[in-house]
Amino acid sequence: MELSRFPAYLAGRLVKAAVVVLAIVVCNFFLIHAAPGDPASIIAGQSGSADARFLEQLRAQFGLDQPLYMQLWLYLKGVLTLDLGFSHRQQASVAALLWDRLPATLLLTGAAFLFAIAIGVTMGALAARRVGTWSDSVITVLALTFYATPLFWVGLMLVLLFSVTLEWLPSFGMMSVGVELSRIGRVLDIGKHLLLPALTLGLFYVAVYARLTRATMLEVADQDFVKTARAKGVPEGRILRRHVLRNAMLPVITFAGIQAGQLIGGSILVETVFAWPGIGRLAFEALLARDYQVLMGVFFCTSVMVVLFNLITDLLYAVVDPRVEVS
Amino acid sequence: MTRLLTVENLSVALPRGADRPHAVEEVSLHLDAGEILCVVGESGSGKSITANTVMGLLPKGLPVTSGRITFEGEDLLGLSAEALRSRRGRRMAMVFQEPMTALNPLMKVGDQIAEALSVHGKGAEARARVPELLAAVNLPDPAAIARMHPFRLSGGQRQRVMIAMALALEPALLIADEPTTALDVTTQAQILRMMREIQQRRGMGVMFITHDFGVVAEIADRVAVMQRGRIVEQGTAREVLDAPQHPYTRALISAVPHGRTLDRAAARPAPVLQMKGVTKTYQRGGWFGARAVVRAVHDADFTLNKGETLGLVGESGSGKSTLARCVVRLVEPEQGEILFHGNDLRPLSRQGWLPYRKRIQMVFQDPYASLNPRRKVGDAITEGPITHGVGRDEARQRALELLRLVKLEPSAMERYPHEFSGGQRQRIGLARALAMQPELLIADEPVSALDVSVQAQVLDLLAEIRQRLGLTMLFITHDLRVAAQICDRIAVMQRGAIVELGPTAEVFGAPKHPYTRSLLDSIPGRGWTPPELAETA
Amino acid sequence: MGGFWRNFCRNRGAVVGLVILLLVIATAVAAPWLFPGSPWDMAGMPFAPPGEMGMWLGTDSLGRDVAAGIAHGARVSLLVGAVSTVVALVIGIGLGATAGYLGGVADDIVMRFTEFFQTIPSFVLAILLVAIFTPTIGSIVFAIAVVSWPPVARVVRAEFLSLRSREFVQASEVLGKSRLAIVFGDILPNALSPIVVLSSLMVASAILLESALSFLGLGDPNLMSWGFLIGSGRSVIRIAWWMSVFPGIAIFLTVLSLNLVGEGLSDALNPRLARNREGKA
Repeated sequence: MELSRFPAYLAGRLVKAAVVVLAIVVCNFFLIHAAPGDPASIIAGQSGSADARFLEQLRAQFGLDQPLYMQLWLYLKGVLTLDLGFSHRQQASVAALLWDRLPATLLLTGAAFLFAIAIGVTMGALAARRVGTWSDSVITVLALTFYATPLFWVGLMLVLLFSVTLEWLPSFGMMSVGVELSRIGRVLDIGKHLLLPALTLGLFYVAVYARLTRATMLEVADQDFVKTARAKGVPEGRILRRHVLRNAMLPVITFAGIQAGQLIGGSILVETVFAWPGIGRLAFEALLARDYQVLMGVFFCTSVMVVLFNLITDLLYAVVDPRVEVS
Repeated sequence: MTRLLTVENLSVALPRGADRPHAVEEVSLHLDAGEILCVVGESGSGKSITANTVMGLLPKGLPVTSGRITFEGEDLLGLSAEALRSRRGRRMAMVFQEPMTALNPLMKVGDQIAEALSVHGKGAEARARVPELLAAVNLPDPAAIARMHPFRLSGGQRQRVMIAMALALEPALLIADEPTTALDVTTQAQILRMMREIQQRRGMGVMFITHDFGVVAEIADRVAVMQRGRIVEQGTAREVLDAPQHPYTRALISAVPHGRTLDRAAARPAPVLQMKGVTKTYQRGGWFGARAVVRAVHDADFTLNKGETLGLVGESGSGKSTLARCVVRLVEPEQGEILFHGNDLRPLSRQGWLPYRKRIQMVFQDPYASLNPRRKVGDAITEGPITHGVGRDEARQRALELLRLVKLEPSAMERYPHEFSGGQRQRIGLARALAMQPELLIADEPVSALDVSVQAQVLDLLAEIRQRLGLTMLFITHDLRVAAQICDRIAVMQRGAIVELGPTAEVFGAPKHPYTRSLLDSIPGRGWTPPELAETA
Repeated sequence: MGGFWRNFCRNRGAVVGLVILLLVIATAVAAPWLFPGSPWDMAGMPFAPPGEMGMWLGTDSLGRDVAAGIAHGARVSLLVGAVSTVVALVIGIGLGATAGYLGGVADDIVMRFTEFFQTIPSFVLAILLVAIFTPTIGSIVFAIAVVSWPPVARVVRAEFLSLRSREFVQASEVLGKSRLAIVFGDILPNALSPIVVLSSLMVASAILLESALSFLGLGDPNLMSWGFLIGSGRSVIRIAWWMSVFPGIAIFLTVLSLNLVGEGLSDALNPRLARNREGKA
């Protein structure tokens, strides 16, 4: 895209992102009301301490005695001022809980995403280049295997192999507890803890990107402009890099955006398996305690993360593809 | 003259299971520096395969089984892949048919031309040479064009960029594979003129692949005619065009629309269809940002009289198809009157339209897209009448008669469209329209997607049926020769408006509007009149 | 039809997939005869390793037969996978067809709605839905369907959009056929191939989703499922690896077979594409 059009494009995308976030908040609101029974007691949770005072507090917070649109307005106002409610069980505001856990999740998903895209695209490109040979078959079979294996089970199997049997890597947590470590030592320690969870979360997406890259590269390689490049004497390696790969990256970027939500969803499973202290683990704890305020906070927070990630991929796409226009 | 390229006894195999064992069989031809050789043939004749073999660009599944290709004294088939690569672009270059897809959409056109220079070690000259080259192919403001991405350029401009790129290293041989087929006729004329001029200035040898004898007449020094992988006739342009020897060449040339106008008595003015003030605009752009408004049709009034054929001619984007589609409500115009026997069709509802569906029918352009692939031919022809309450048996009876009328076997009823050739499908489409027993037939480029010999058959069939059933016809085409041959009157469209309308002979003989004149000047091979050939069996 | 089978069988992986899938279905159907009685009942000593006490795949912490659990779990997995896919198809085809055929404003609204559903993290939404509506087989099917229809809607819309402007559909308009006749007679039959391929992949991902939900403890508490088995084996993986390994293999094989079958279907329905995919070698 031309630079002069960029601000307008960015503004358009920001408006769109804001609309989506707003819609998610509304969606959250109606979820509570769609559930059978009194919203307050649902939020408070069926199992346990639904004492009358807490219920009253909830009714006041959500304005349950007022008409629905007023309730929605109150709820919106709350969320927009980042008041996501209060977790009675954890005795902390939901926003604070999420904020506390966010870095761990960002680290995990970020590492898994980079791993997946680097390995996946390389594998896919290799397979496409050697289409029909045994290395293509190996990569294709490997990708299909990763694709068909449940994430949480991969995690357990890796634990079984690397932690239980080989005792090489820690099986839970984000850092060793009760040890004094230098700054570098701490980073290495976190890295060691990160390895298995990131691998687990990444493998599925390695498969996704490998399959996608292979398919699009084969498709692009058939297009006329590749033949043009060949006709003007461009060497094969350069054709692959400058013409095929660059064009094949467009659907990969699009797909990375679409997949972002899945990646964060997957992190709930991985964090549960590895007791990784992130938002996913928080969701699992909230689930066990039927702490719906926290659960809805997780939904809101993860949705916002996806919206932001989509914004980034949209902008990246606009930088790579000159044909994107303001629309 | 130095001998540039010699192809001797070249054979290229097709994969097993194809309709014939060889794509190209025992082909021999030669090309001198400074001459243009046209290789002509219908689709599937092997002309593109021959060109790609010379360039070393054959797909892996098509191996060369025998033959020699000598270019500048070297045997090309004996060269290593790398040696061949270093000659591609530098000594021999190629231009392709589809300008819309032949350029990398993510690279600026200047960079793409510069790449051709830099991969042959001339990257340092790129800055100076790229604007020069773009200027040489008559592109305005070369510096600005060089900075643009392909999507900003029109088809004609892109094809010029392709030619500039091919010429970058001053190759001795240029292979052009149908380079003007995807372009409008006026653009085609400009590009052909430019190619001829550059070729003469540089003394290049050009191998020009085409299916169009008009283009051959325009540009060729010598001609080779291909049929099913073999060269059946070779000679100078004059010899082949004016005195073809081989029966296939003779058949092809006599199938070329001769463009001689009909001399029919003018129809008595009994209006069947009148278009008054019909306007259709399209809006582009989304919820944000500026909207672009395109006036697809405006100022396009005409009257169609009973029994006559009116031709709507124009280039792509002129609005001729949109206008025709307005008549059958595939496009809904926002203004104007569409009077059919005096009744305005435009305000009618879907329901209100039903009685007119029987009386107005349409034949479409693409023989591969105009029949439902999952429906038997018999069902396709009968479903219209059945929808309108004709009994099943009667509809089948009528369908059988129509198949005979369009010269297909009755057994076609039980077969699926994919079992038929393009020309046969087009006749099925015609039978489907005629099954409704319409009085007005709209034919939207009905022969444009067909090879020239098939084109002639379908045109003859249309003329015969029109005569026999007394049809009134609106005939849309971009091909002026075809229009001249079949239409009583011609309406020339440009940018959504009819700029000239009159009897065919008048429009062709004494065009009034400058656009009509430029269209007529652009007809490829306008200086050549196909000879009248006696039928040879 | 003969051509379809020949093309399907040309893809060896697809044939293997079909065989595995048929075996899984057979197991699910035969579970009550193979393992009579409830899979929740104690069948032997707790933590018996595979092969001991006549139990091929061992027992869990309460002495329940893992093999019985897997066989009965197959019923739940396949049922949830199939039913939720059907529901998602109904929603997706309905919305996609509306958007693609009508175009214009209807298309805009439906597509914004679809994009929204594609943006929100689907697994989190599924968790929230099942948690709020309490875990039953009904709420699980509902939640999975709600998060898996958007790809169907997109594919169907794209097909309808391109088919609607195809000339044979315009010909039907000109013949005066009704809208319903055009949608069901001309457009839908030609849009079926991608829908068929997609739905086999959707069953696979629905099974993965169901197992993930029940792994987190959101399965129907009355029904044995593979995810539940793995979930209950998680905390005791150091003493009883078999509790999580075997159910995982069951999920893997089922999902793999559905993917293979999907590829085979895609090859059989688009023979031209399949040949391209193999490359020109």
